[in-house]
Amino acid sequence: MPFGVAFGIASADAGLEVWQASAYSLLVFAGGAQIAAVQVIGDGGTAVAAITAGLLLNLRSLAFGVVMAPDLTGPWWKRAALSQLMIDETTAVASAQRERRWRRYGYLWTGLVLFAVWNLTTLVGAAGLSSAGELVSTWGIDATIPAAFLALLWPRLSDDTQRRTALCGALIAGALIAVAPPGVPIVAAGLGVLAGWRRKPLGSAEPGSPDSDHADTARSCPRSPERSAR
Amino acid sequence: MTATIVLVGLAVGTYGLKAAAPVLLGGRPLPERLVRVAQLLPAALLGALVVVSTISDEAALQIDARLVGIGAAAVALWRKAPFVVVVLVAAAATAVARL
Repeated sequence: MPFGVAFGIASADAGLEVWQASAYSLLVFAGGAQIAAVQVIGDGGTAVAAITAGLLLNLRSLAFGVVMAPDLTGPWWKRAALSQLMIDETTAVASAQRERRWRRYGYLWTGLVLFAVWNLTTLVGAAGLSSAGELVSTWGIDATIPAAFLALLWPRLSDDTQRRTALCGALIAGALIAVAPPGVPIVAAGLGVLAGWRRKPLGSAEPGSPDSDHADTARSCPRSPERSAR
Repeated sequence: MTATIVLVGLAVGTYGLKAAAPVLLGGRPLPERLVRVAQLLPAALLGALVVVSTISDEAALQIDARLVGIGAAAVALWRKAPFVVVVLVAAAATAVARL
């Protein structure tokens, strides 16, 4: 997952030490939210703004947890430990399996592999860039951050409701950049949700794509005809 | 310092969101409204993040070659390029625009 490199780059660009970048990837382990938070830090935003932006982006983990809870049985400490692996990919892989045994197996192994790769690639990005200095601008490395966000957003744009919501979020943020403190435009963009509120059915990202919320919609929402035809 | 405070807040908060259902809720469903908000929020925030990281620097409007990069990334995504290619294309296009 080269996406970890993108986080490493984003955190180095925001002035974080290599150990801090690694601590984020070990302890937070949620791609989009980590990049969002360091983006706000790099722009000089407050800690509250950075945390809020990250947590709003991660609210979907709550829904993943509901999808996975019936399969993650066992003593509380086991459930607590497994919960750290609750990300888009693990939930998507697990919910694609029919038998509970394979759902658990898919969740655990996808989670462990991605956790290892995510942390290693973070280190590569953060350590690689912190020695690059001036080259960030010359090589266009600063443009990899918006490109990473766009790549995360892209699969959602095939759905009309999601596209509307994204556009509205983008407009809110764009309007506030010049006037609001750093981080606030991103948090305020959460109001973009209202743009997609009334429109049904709610589609989701493509199955198997990075950061897709396929897994929770697969069980909780009726699939739109357009989706099932894919 | 900010980075460390954010680390703690984000780690604790994110873990709480991840573990709430498996550890506390069991298999009980979430209120439908909350599920809907959770499904729509990433689109709204990612849309905002694309804009902010493209046209601002330290909270001031700054339009530069990154705009070329994000355009190139969009074309790459439209051509169904994988993540790593999208990112490299964005960097290359931006670098060329700065020459």
